[in-house]
Amino acid sequence: MMGLTGTSILWAALAFWIVAWAANQRLAGLNLSGTPKVLVNLLIPVLFGATLLVLWEGITRGLDVPQVVMPPPSMVWERITGSVDILWADFQQTFLKAVIAGYVMGCGLGFIVAILVDRSPFWKAGIMPVGNLMSALPIIGIAPIMVMWFGFDWPSKAAVVVVMTFFPMLVNTLAGLNAAGNMERDLMHTYASSYPQTLIKLRLPAAMPFIFNALKINSTLALIGAIVAEFFGTPIVGMGFRISTAVGSLNIDLVWAEIFVAALAGSLTYGAIALMERQVTFWHPSNRRAR
Amino acid sequence: MITRSVLPILTVLGIILVVWYAGTVALNWRIEAERFERMGLTKTTMEMVQATMAMDRPILPAPHQVWNEFQASVFGRDPSSPRSLVFHAWITLSSSLVGFAMGTLLGILLAVGIVHSKVLDKSLLPWIIASQTIPILAIAPMIIIVFSTLGVQGLIPKAFISTYLAFFPVAIGMVKGLRSPEAMHLDLMHTYTATRSQTFWKLRLPASLPFLFASMKIAVAISLVGAIVGELPTGAQGGIGARLLNSSYYGQTIQIWAALFAAAFMSAILVYAIGWIGTFVNKRMGAQTGVREAAA
Repeated sequence: MMGLTGTSILWAALAFWIVAWAANQRLAGLNLSGTPKVLVNLLIPVLFGATLLVLWEGITRGLDVPQVVMPPPSMVWERITGSVDILWADFQQTFLKAVIAGYVMGCGLGFIVAILVDRSPFWKAGIMPVGNLMSALPIIGIAPIMVMWFGFDWPSKAAVVVVMTFFPMLVNTLAGLNAAGNMERDLMHTYASSYPQTLIKLRLPAAMPFIFNALKINSTLALIGAIVAEFFGTPIVGMGFRISTAVGSLNIDLVWAEIFVAALAGSLTYGAIALMERQVTFWHPSNRRAR
Repeated sequence: MITRSVLPILTVLGIILVVWYAGTVALNWRIEAERFERMGLTKTTMEMVQATMAMDRPILPAPHQVWNEFQASVFGRDPSSPRSLVFHAWITLSSSLVGFAMGTLLGILLAVGIVHSKVLDKSLLPWIIASQTIPILAIAPMIIIVFSTLGVQGLIPKAFISTYLAFFPVAIGMVKGLRSPEAMHLDLMHTYTATRSQTFWKLRLPASLPFLFASMKIAVAISLVGAIVGELPTGAQGGIGARLLNSSYYGQTIQIWAALFAAAFMSAILVYAIGWIGTFVNKRMGAQTGVREAAA
């Protein structure tokens, strides 16, 4: 690409866009079934994503957009491969320590509290509205307080994540425990099954779609919480720390590299949870193959 | 229905308050005890408890301290001075509302495109969903910097972050909503030889409104979060986020809590306002309660 002038790069990118768009138009219009259909359904978004990258590269290089504003993807990739050690250290600090610890504790706590509260209609009626309200509030604002209480290192970030993930889990689990139908409950009753039996064999399985919904919401929230909490004070490692210092020294390509890592981690976590959901809630209509 | 749920809610809130006061005493005890020890004073337990609730920079301020600070900085000060919470709240509110409006518009447009074009449906929708797995707030400082190198400062960059956050739930909800009319209704429109735009305006759009308002409630809450986080790296020009960051630098815990309460009130009011508008519009459109609940 070195020999090309700016405008020709831009035109090439635009041409790629048009060709890819036309190709997608054709692909979407095809009437397929079985494996080819799955492949085409995968190919279309991949082609779309590639188009975005090519356009991004073409526009930044072709129009000579300053690197401070928007570095081309090739440069970001170079930065990613060139500073794997920094990225790994940040990933360890933020994701492996703060996010995972906070996520497990927050979701676990929300789940346990929901199970405890569920036995009493009085507490349920009190906690549901409060929990619903709390999950709509900007909880992320407690980050400075947590940093004061638990210090600069990862426990304070984990604490933010615990609080952020607690309420969605609580509310969703409570809603899920109500999801089992009256008919099924009556059936369990006629079997003279005890409370734990009904809970484990009927109500928890019925609640699983809701619980997995909370797990999915929380996977995004946890990463955001940990990164933003690092803006309020952190040791000299961590994804949020790196992002804020790299922005300060105008190393925008490093910021994008961190974002790439965060996006990758976020997508993989989300994918893993979605996969687990399929295994656990195989009976749910949305997971049954349409015939 | 309402009277039945008021008592439990009040009980829960009461317990939170009691736990909070207990936490204030427990967390601040050691610092105050050490302070009095250095001064050579011995205090009774009651005096100690009072002292833990009257500190300047407590580890955890008592609820009434936060409330007093909140009242003083909301009602007691000139709203145009940076010491007033109204000043900061307005900065945050204006950018989050602009972002929310733009995000909602973008979300609706994307959804309309996705519902009407097969190509967009197959190529764009997976990427919209994938965009949700990315911690978008992490880009906030960069967006602020990028805009400021382009010479744009103040409201627009923060509004942009809110837009980015708000468009997602609206787009997803509207796609669901625009596709919610039953096949029978669509067939009926077909037998009337209704054009695509007639079907859209007379069937799809009205059917999608409950979904729109349900997702707008989510969107308005996160656009406020977006604006607050967007204010963190701007270098304290004002706003709830800047107030939080500043107070945390100086260890002003009471101010932090007051700012948090301001954000919480704003968020709750916005969400309820959207909810009310939604109920009103849905009623005017003749929606059944069942439909509204299914969407929410």
